[in-house]
Amino acid sequence: MPDLVDELKFRDPVRARALSEALAREVDAAGRTITLMHVCGSHEQAIARFGLRATFPRRLDIIMGPGCPVCVTDTPEVDEAVALALQGATVCTYGDMLRLPGTRRSLADAQGEGAKVEVVYGVSQAVDLARSRPGEQVVFFASGFETTAVATAAVLLSGVPENFSVLSAHKYVPAAMDLVSTLPETNVEGFIAAGHAAIITGWGIFEPFAARTRTPVVVAGFEPLDVLAAVLELVRLVRAGRPEVVNCYPRCVSREGNRPAQEKLWKVFDVVGGNWRGIAAVPRGNLELRPEWDSVNARRRFTIDTAAVGGASHNLLAEHCICGRIMSGLAKPSDCTLFGGECRPESPVGACMVSSEGSCKIWHVYGGPPDLSEVA
Amino acid sequence: MCLGVPGRILSISEDGMSAQVDFFGVRKELRLDIIDTPVQVGDYVLNHVGFAIRRIPPEEVGETLALFDQILKAAAHDDLMAEDVRGEMAAGRSSPGGEPGA
Amino acid sequence: MKPDDRIGMKHGAGGRAMRSLIEEVFLGLASPVDGIGLAALDDGAAIRVGDRWLILTTDSHVVHPIFFPGGDIGRLAVSGTVNDLAMMGATEPLGLTCAVILEEGFPRDELIRIRDSMRDASREADAPIVTGDTKVMGHGEVDGIVINTAGVGLCDRVVTDAGLRPGDRILITGTVGDHGMAVMVKRHALGIEGNLRSDVAPLNGLIRAALAAGGDDVVAMKDPTRGGLASVLHEMAGKAGVGVLLDERAVPVNPEVRAAGDLLGIDPLVVANEGKAVIGVRPGAVDRVLAALRGHPLGRRAALVGTAIGDRPGQVILDTGLGKRLLAEPDGEPLPRIC
Repeated sequence: MPDLVDELKFRDPVRARALSEALAREVDAAGRTITLMHVCGSHEQAIARFGLRATFPRRLDIIMGPGCPVCVTDTPEVDEAVALALQGATVCTYGDMLRLPGTRRSLADAQGEGAKVEVVYGVSQAVDLARSRPGEQVVFFASGFETTAVATAAVLLSGVPENFSVLSAHKYVPAAMDLVSTLPETNVEGFIAAGHAAIITGWGIFEPFAARTRTPVVVAGFEPLDVLAAVLELVRLVRAGRPEVVNCYPRCVSREGNRPAQEKLWKVFDVVGGNWRGIAAVPRGNLELRPEWDSVNARRRFTIDTAAVGGASHNLLAEHCICGRIMSGLAKPSDCTLFGGECRPESPVGACMVSSEGSCKIWHVYGGPPDLSEVA
Repeated sequence: MCLGVPGRILSISEDGMSAQVDFFGVRKELRLDIIDTPVQVGDYVLNHVGFAIRRIPPEEVGETLALFDQILKAAAHDDLMAEDVRGEMAAGRSSPGGEPGA
Repeated sequence: MKPDDRIGMKHGAGGRAMRSLIEEVFLGLASPVDGIGLAALDDGAAIRVGDRWLILTTDSHVVHPIFFPGGDIGRLAVSGTVNDLAMMGATEPLGLTCAVILEEGFPRDELIRIRDSMRDASREADAPIVTGDTKVMGHGEVDGIVINTAGVGLCDRVVTDAGLRPGDRILITGTVGDHGMAVMVKRHALGIEGNLRSDVAPLNGLIRAALAAGGDDVVAMKDPTRGGLASVLHEMAGKAGVGVLLDERAVPVNPEVRAAGDLLGIDPLVVANEGKAVIGVRPGAVDRVLAALRGHPLGRRAALVGTAIGDRPGQVILDTGLGKRLLAEPDGEPLPRIC
């Protein structure tokens, strides 16, 4: 067992308890409810996995923002992948994307109908697959934020076989925070920023945001102590009225980030506007291949017949979806007219029902907000 | 958003483009074309989707823990100050109402 | 036809979707029986024969790849059925059946390897294979090989999966996640190397030891196959109308499985096992049963992992050591994540 990066150091229950107690005192001293938001699915995973939510003070509200790039991937994007698969291409994608619903089908459904869909660990594996099957068109349905997009970019820059192309559903992190902060009624007082995206972009990217919105931002890692320390620090910044950016993940994140990776990213991708599932049109929300990469862009290379898979120009149900308001902390799942009816875990409309840790999914499975305070 | 796991470099390929990395008991080959610092055998790196995205300097692990302790200490300091204020309030020497309501 | 009107892979993955398919479709086959029948949705049926119980169970086996580290589809087919009998209390199988459906073009030498492996497992379990059936389907009409095994055994006392009551303790006979993780890493060619091996094994000897030590205080048993420990605990909790408090730190997990799970974003608690049992015991029998399990080669890492509680029927509460959370019931095969 390596002792230096012994991740257990960041799971030490004694330190965790000290941090939790300090957090409780801090929130108590504030004498009011403090609302924070994280914009990173992995933070929700960490909070859920380690049971941290049950340890948070009652008057601390930590909202799960639109921080899961898979969940906000929109129905028409899935339709494109499904159409390509049903048109005969081999579609490779990350495991998270397989069950994401399109208008009529997910990729898993298409697979059930005989389409070639492969789950890969990484984009390199998809390229290897293309090399081993020269007679097939292999399309990589790419998802993830900047961190993952860099991997896609690196692979394209190092050369890919002629039968390989990319269908980008990559999303851009700063857009998620901008989105929430521009909502006039938002009561979010501080943001926990995604640590792994910041490895690439650097924590400096959040400084203009903090200054413009007068909202503090703390960059956090994903171990229990990382999350607890970051939340404590953020509550302190909120109480002190200091709209600063604090890096609580210094072992991985620097101010300037990974410059060569940024260069790779912007050589291949452009930031464009796009629709996020259940939320809205998000300016600067998507990462699309730049025009000089048209030859490997599946949207340019193929005629994608999404009408054939039932894709409509807009999703009627989505008009009633209030995921945007739920993720912004302005509404509860039970406020949504679709909740439990048209929108269910097996046929989700919005992002909050897709994600395993999404508020709607959790409320649906457990019949309301889970409260473990009375369990012995 | 992004799953990232630390591991330790066991060997580096001859062309320097990839490394065998040990993740606490299982091994995986990672590509090295994203990482921004030179790495060598024994270094710790963070993996995301098969790419090393960051070298984790061992000394910064300790620094992270020091930072957490510092945050704790600062919070405790705030808390002591708050105790003082509460004490003063209880003694009627200071009027409440500075804090905005919930 | 909407995709919902068709069967998807999730309907065979051991989670909620599969359970609702069975309830909505196959429960229509259930008819009254003197004992435990289809309606109980247990590991097998128990039919009263004189003053004893005849336990009957059947299971079809598909796995990709058919040969995996630690075993193959043949060992799986024998162990799965022997274990289903054992989970009902029948630890001395009278006989197994073996029905094989082969795809045209299937290599004969692979079939012989599978046959040998079935023979070895059947000797290990002392479970004779007594009859069989062979069918061949056209190329592409079935994927390689499907093996169905059924088994019968007798016992004096049936142990169901519904016997928990508040205060009962929950034991697991060893490490979790070994089978599913080994198979998944191979199946998706994830490029992860290390000592990941399936735990596939017939458990009847181990269960016999547990029953001998615990007697009537062994009140519930189930093998955590698809859906893993999380799924089985939900099922046991739901059927018994109790909650389950699970101590995550007490659940044994091999370091390689934990490491692969961290890399792939998959919780070992939802990963399949093929050589483990979850055993519910009355509190007074914990030490006796644990000692018996640990004295058997397949139970060395047996552990006390949870308690049945009166609150929150049907739910599983996970104590992580840092806090508590509800453990969700898995739905569908776990897949590698990026988020």
